[in-house]
Amino acid sequence: MWTELPGLFLLLPFAGTGLVFLLPNQTRPYGGLLAAILLFLAPWAIAADVYTNSPIDMNLGGWPQPLGIGIYIDGLSVLFLLLTAVVGLLVSVYAWSYFSLPENKTKEPHFWPLWLILWGGLNALFSTADIFNTYVLLELVGISAAALTALAGNLLSLTAALRYFLVAVAGSLAFLLGVGFIYAQTGQLDMYTVAQSAPDTSLMAAAFGLISVGLMSKTALFPFHFWLPPAHGNAPAPISAALSALVIKGSFFVLLKFWFVVFHGLSGPEQTGWILGILALAATLWGSYQALIQSRLKLIIAYSSVGQLGYMFLIFPLLSGVLDPGWKLQAWAGCGYQVLSHGLAKAALFLAAGNLIQASGTDNIHQLRNIAVCLPMTSFTMGLAGVSLMGLPPSGGFMAKWLLLQAILASGQWWLALVPVLGGLLTAGYIFRLLSHTFVSDTQAACYGRVFWGMDKTALFLALSSILIGFRAQEVVFFLQERTPILALGGGGP
Amino acid sequence: MSPIPLYSAAALILFGIGLFGLAAHPYLVRKIMAVNVMAGGVFLFLISLAYAPAGRHPDPVPQAMVLTGIVVAISTTAFSLFLVRQIEAKSTGSDQMNQADHVD
Repeated sequence: MWTELPGLFLLLPFAGTGLVFLLPNQTRPYGGLLAAILLFLAPWAIAADVYTNSPIDMNLGGWPQPLGIGIYIDGLSVLFLLLTAVVGLLVSVYAWSYFSLPENKTKEPHFWPLWLILWGGLNALFSTADIFNTYVLLELVGISAAALTALAGNLLSLTAALRYFLVAVAGSLAFLLGVGFIYAQTGQLDMYTVAQSAPDTSLMAAAFGLISVGLMSKTALFPFHFWLPPAHGNAPAPISAALSALVIKGSFFVLLKFWFVVFHGLSGPEQTGWILGILALAATLWGSYQALIQSRLKLIIAYSSVGQLGYMFLIFPLLSGVLDPGWKLQAWAGCGYQVLSHGLAKAALFLAAGNLIQASGTDNIHQLRNIAVCLPMTSFTMGLAGVSLMGLPPSGGFMAKWLLLQAILASGQWWLALVPVLGGLLTAGYIFRLLSHTFVSDTQAACYGRVFWGMDKTALFLALSSILIGFRAQEVVFFLQERTPILALGGGGP
Repeated sequence: MSPIPLYSAAALILFGIGLFGLAAHPYLVRKIMAVNVMAGGVFLFLISLAYAPAGRHPDPVPQAMVLTGIVVAISTTAFSLFLVRQIEAKSTGSDQMNQADHVD
């Protein structure tokens, strides 16, 4: 492969931000969309290279370790990069239409540079092997995500953005203090070098605690979820989709790297994995219950994210507990599947919700009567995305739950099975409640606003992807099991 | 006695004070100041790692980290102050976060 591609791929969104920023307001969407198409295409070339050869291991600028800043793109990174590429392109197409609506026109020039920074920050976060660089990228993602949340411009979204931002900054500072502890102990900043040289001391245990809590609050794991529903529920529709599909996955990815690479071999993950299992159960029950009783459409979807995050956090008790290596690999694949299918389905739901709100002029589900008549495709999209969230076959959500459930039963931690089982029931509850309101046919359909073709079809395409991902198990599992030499799975690293 | 434990302890205390302030104060500007106190604690800890006894070179890596961290802290402070001003302009009244919440 062209060896400069990963470096250029990481540079592209930032160069694009600068160029788009210099363009006059009317032409910014063209520049932004061009950058989005390139950002969509490049990761497929990287994925093909990782698939046929091996993970990409390079040092930026040619400086060798320990001086240089390492880039390490393994199978796990590839899946997160591809998820970002697919969701990113479709959200960009949706945003093109959404921000050309007269009421959103003034926000359009601000959207594109911020969106490209966010995208670039996520791509770099999924590729870096340097723990200090990770801190800078977390801040970059946090600040651009908060600015995008505030783009709706009303009091609710501004307050939600600030609250989100303060939590994100506090989480990043706890993370940075942890990085400082690691440097004090080892004098290293490269993930894999630290993993090989870290002694099991109380200083490393403190770093483990600070980094875990900081990242959990940024990922909105229960009980740190309080900032998520207002932020995701009040942002403009394409931004809600990106926040829930991609941004919370950014800090989740970092958490995976720290638990299973950097701190692997220390006593921390082994001793505290069960705590994350309890929090995962609480998140699933509380988030799904809240989703069931909300009456605002976007708040239902946002609380659903709180609940669905619980499934992803099952990986921590499973991988750090006593389990046969084969089952660990299976749990690992299930977690990866959950990240992909939740990302696609949740982005589809938020975009479809944006269409419903656009057409009906209301966010209250009790007033969305018979809206399926004017937006049949959007209602179909919500149904499809709901199938994946509930975990019905043959969707990606089903694959995730099936793999996780088998690993849970093999592990003997049977109480963890409550997460997918009760979570699935509650999810079915709020999805059917949502759908039933769109099909109430006792009144005239209330359709006011116009929904562009691009807004309808992008949501549908995302929902279809969340189902179809269930048919590509071979490739997904290959990337997660054969191309991710993560230490906790018995791999040797780069 | 080496000054490092003293610096480190002071840094951790500052971090704790900032965290407490962030959680305890209802006023938005105070919350932003509290985050800055937290950041000050982290930077003090990092810079204490660079200490070297007389005649030896201090470690440049923590200093580079602190420089980067200060740039990040300034941008985050500027951005959050901008958000506070916008919130104040929209809500005409006290800047308590709880008050804005009750609008929901």
